[in-house]
Formats: sequence, C-alpha cells, structure tokens
Amino acid sequence: MAYDKFNILKSSAVPLPIENVDTDQIIPARFLKATERKGFGDNLFRDWRYNPDGTPKEQFVLNNPIYSGKILVGGKNFGSGSSREHAAWAVYDYGFRCVVSSFFADIFRGNCLNIGVLPVQVSAEFLDKIYKAIEADPKTELEISLPEQKITILATGESESFDINDYKKDNMLNGFDDIDYLLNIQEDIEKYAENTPL
Amino acid sequence: MSKTLFDKVWDSHVVKHIENGPDVLFIDRHLVHEVTSPVAFLGLKNRGIKVLYPERTFATADHNTPTLNQHLPVKDPLSANQLRALEENATAHDIPYWGLGHKKNGIVHVIGPENGITVPGATIVCGDSHTSTHGAFGAIAFGIGTSEVEMVLSTQCIMQPKPKSLRINVNGELSEAVTPKDVALFIISKLSTSGATGYFAEYAGDVFKNMSMEGRMTVCNLSIEMGARGGMIAPDEKTFDYVEGREYTPKGKDWDKAMEYWKTLYSDEDAVFDKEVTFDASEIEPMITFGTNPGMGMGISNNIPFADTIDGAKATYKKSLEYMDYNEGEPMVGKPIDFVFLGSCTNGRIEDFRAFTSIIKGRKKADNVTAWLVPGSHKVEDAIKKEGILDILTEAGFELREPGCSACLAMNDDKVPAGKYAVSTSNRNFEGRQGPGARTLLASPLVAAAAAVTGKVTDPRELMNEEVLA
Repeated sequence: MAYDKFNILKSSAVPLPIENVDTDQIIPARFLKATERKGFGDNLFRDWRYNPDGTPKEQFVLNNPIYSGKILVGGKNFGSGSSREHAAWAVYDYGFRCVVSSFFADIFRGNCLNIGVLPVQVSAEFLDKIYKAIEADPKTELEISLPEQKITILATGESESFDINDYKKDNMLNGFDDIDYLLNIQEDIEKYAENTPL
Repeated sequence: MSKTLFDKVWDSHVVKHIENGPDVLFIDRHLVHEVTSPVAFLGLKNRGIKVLYPERTFATADHNTPTLNQHLPVKDPLSANQLRALEENATAHDIPYWGLGHKKNGIVHVIGPENGITVPGATIVCGDSHTSTHGAFGAIAFGIGTSEVEMVLSTQCIMQPKPKSLRINVNGELSEAVTPKDVALFIISKLSTSGATGYFAEYAGDVFKNMSMEGRMTVCNLSIEMGARGGMIAPDEKTFDYVEGREYTPKGKDWDKAMEYWKTLYSDEDAVFDKEVTFDASEIEPMITFGTNPGMGMGISNNIPFADTIDGAKATYKKSLEYMDYNEGEPMVGKPIDFVFLGSCTNGRIEDFRAFTSIIKGRKKADNVTAWLVPGSHKVEDAIKKEGILDILTEAGFELREPGCSACLAMNDDKVPAGKYAVSTSNRNFEGRQGPGARTLLASPLVAAAAAVTGKVTDPRELMNEEVLA
C-alpha cells in the first residue's frame, strides 16, 4: 500500500542499545490476530514495555519521558526472527519513521522499506557515537537525508553515509510501492508464466 | 559460465532485472496462512484486483488454531475471525483452502512437501520465515512480509535483490544420537544468529547426502535462524523418489520435462561461492540451547560459556542468561524442566515422532512434565496411528494433540507459563516466544524425549545405552 513520502527527517531519537532484538520482542505473536493494519503501535515491545498486569515498566526506554522522537536506534542484528510485517507496522504505528542500527536482519529490513520506514545501517563506531550523543543530551537531534543518503548528529556535525538501492530510494522519496511497478509489467509476467516448466 | 545451484534456479526465474535495484522474480508456488494474509487480501480488494494465478496459490490454517477439539467452533473471537477471513478470501479468489478439520490440513511447511506442492527447482514463498524448509528439495524458498504476499497474490512476482551465496559443507559421519536438528543447531552456534544474513545457503557434503528428506527439511528450516534468507540442498534420487506420485507433482510428459530440468540442478564443480565454511561431522554432539536466541546453543555435555569468552555484546549475553535464570559456567545436564514440546515445522514430521518414541518406549513420562505432542499435519497424525506409535506414547503416559503450529509461537492456548522451562523441538528460544515469560531450550526430538521421561535435561545417549526394565 502507498505510504508517506520520505525526504529529510530531523528528530530526536530513542536509544535501545540491545543486540539481536527479535521480532517476537518487537511484537509478540499473540498480538498478530488482527485482520486489518491498525493499532499495532500499542503493543510495540509489549513485554519489555508492560508488566503482565498492564502497568508500564518504568525502566524501559519507551516509558521514559526524557526520550522521544521519530528515530529508533537499535543494537546490532535488529529485527531478527520472523517475517511478520506486523513488526515493521508496530514500529511505524508507534510513530517511528526510521530505524538506525549497525546491522539489520534481512526480512525486517525489506519489510520496513515496503511500508515507509527507512532502515539506516551505520558502522558500529558511528552507532556508538549516536548513543553517546543521546546520553549527553536526550533531546539531541539526528538528521537523516534520504536524497543525500547521509545521517548526521547535528550537535557534533559528525556524519556518515548509508546504502539504499536506487529503486527503493526512488520509491521512498515518492511514496511509490512495488505493486504499482509490477502491475505495469503484467504482460511480461504473463509471457514468462506461459513458458515456465513448473 | 559455471553456476551454483542457487544461481541456476534464481536466474531462470528472473522476469526482469532492474539496474541498481532488485530482480523481478517469478514465484511458482505461494503458500498462504491466516496470520500474514488478511491485510494482503484487503490490499487486493482496495485495488479492485483478483489473485492472478490461484492455481499456484494454496491456503491452510495453522498458526492460530487450537490443538484440541478442532471439531468445535474456535473459542477466541479474534482467532475465529482471522480463520474466517482466510476461508472467505480463499473462496473469493478460487484458492484451494485446507482449513481446520480438512484431511490435508496442517502446518504450511509440512503439507507443502506432503502434497507435492514443493518440487525441485521451484521458487516458493510464504508469509512465514520458515519457508526455507522447502529448500530441502532444491527449491528457492523463503519467507516474505505481508506487502510481498500482496505482490505475489496480485502479480505472482516479488522484487528482491539477489542474495550472496554461502556453501556450508559438513563431511564425515554423524555420531550416535546426533540428528539433523543437532547439525543445524551446531552450525547456527558456530555462525551466530546473524552470521548468514544477506546470504542464501547451500548445504553440501556427506552428512546432507546421507540425510533423509525429512532431515534435510529440518536443516533447511533452520537456515533463517542464522540470518540466511533460505538454504537449499541439491536434489538427488532420494528427492525425486519423495516427490514422485504426490498429488500436485507433475505427471506423465510433464514429469519427464520436469526431470530433465531437475537433473541440471547442482552447483557446477568450479562454481564460486561468496563464502564457504566446512565442518567435521564428528565435532557435533546432541545440542541444547541455554539462551534466548538459536545461536546460543552447545553440545549437551558442555557448560554454559562465560561471557568473556563470547563474541558480541556482553551486556546482551548476560541479560539473556538472566532471563533464563542460568549462570555462566553451569552444566545444562540435570537442569529441571517443566514442559516438553514435540512438533512444529522444524520437527513435527513422522521421523521426529519415531525418534521421540525410540527413547520413551518402555519408560514413563515424568510426573513433573507437561508434554505437548503436536503432529505437523493430519497425514503425520495418521502415520503415527498406523505405525503403532500412538499406542507406545499412550502406554508411556503421553497424549497426542491435533495438528498446528501450537506452542512454537504460542498464538493459541498452548502457552508455557512465565518462568517455566520447556524443552522444545521448535525453532526459536526468543524471550516470551512460547508464552510471556516462558523459557525455551531448543533441542532434537531425542533430547526432548530424554527430558520428558526424566523431568530434567538429560543426555539421550545415557538412555539409549541403558537397558529398559519395564
């Protein structure tokens, strides 16, 4: 489905310096029963965020009012595990438009790109600099420029470039999705299908 | 130019290549289940389009289904609604639908091969990361997100950059009580849970050549747990024998034509892989995990590693052990357990039930253990009954449940309570995976059986070499 265009995002960020954050933490399976894409943000990081009785766990970063913003900064191997796009939906629905990490799991990265959340992969050193900047000032802002493929810590001016393929970049800049593209080449697809051996 | 097995299948499915972008890949078979499909079908409805090739699409209910009393209406209204949505969508788009109670119903990755939907050289996708299972047949099979499910429903294609290639060789002979599950957990423990991210794996060497089709499915199933999108094994006579004559496999002239293609499916001798790793089968012993990702596994006779000996963040490692309430340096053997789960797309096939039964035969379920034995499909269930396995299970104090994903992801009522330990033949030991606060030890059906009869983590070799008195 079509999503908001992404160009330049300037925002404070929420730090989550844990490695191997898996999709069952991002959204536990018991919250996957919906038949519409609505309300997943309420259960983002459900079991880290709330006690079994529904009261917030105060020490968890999303419950700490000093941190806020549209950028989530996670540890290495973010989004490992299941293919559930609900994980990316939960991130988006909560209000994040960008996830920064030093390494992403494959399917999660693809899911983010398909729904308009920009995954920004940085070096381990730069990730560390971001955490330090947030530690020094929780309101510190990051600037993510998709056209320039660059992430900058505004307080220090330090920046790093990130990768994204031209096709996906163009899609995100314009809010296009893959199905529009595929429907346009349906003749090619049908021609292929006529000759497939299986 | 010489090609890998993966190259051969991938390249022959590219409808269009986009410069500095993904390939448009044609998908031969699309498996659909209730959890990751409703929003995709909604997308088609909003666009006013129908499924392009319903005959290439198959739907089953498995993730969100009860494993008891499946003949009764599903109690949880949200689950019932999701199951109803799948049935309605399948009907509206003329997709074969095998819902609860249907004799072909079962876990999507078990019923694909059983019914001949899975064939060598095909591209197979499903909105589930363990779609990698089907790679056991020399197919390119991988999990996709819901946006991609919508793409495949509407255009039978997906847009993916071609992954890098990785070959994993395991040579030599496996030791006693070492199963395909142990081979996979061993590899993941060596490569880590992200060691193969960005790659598509091929498994090669004596161990996989000698492995049954079911064992190959277990290994390929777990490819995603080291981060690989999928894993595959070159098809051989064993593969062709398995697929021949199944309902959806090609017949007659189509079979001959398919065989002609399938015989070309191997990595050329001088094919180059982006990465290659080799292990010796004799290094592998029965495995068990002690932490909260599948890479945190070890030989069952070892002690839990100290944080200062591991790669990766020490804080994350310690947080993981804290969740498990385990300490560095402790042995796993002898740790008390509360639950045993035999089942899932990893180990829910007939061979897994045979292996489990080989240990529990003549013994009794430990009183402190709750055991959930869940066949992967009705066909597996039928075989369990036909082979007399059910009688042995019953005699030992076990009950058999009805097919489904069950406690692997605990979407239904099969939830391990907070703080309890479960030895599980499934695929993920993430925090809360089997229920909020549940603690999971991943292992083979043999290790699960040894735990089920002793009530604690037990090396199955001890029981295999012990005279059964009963």
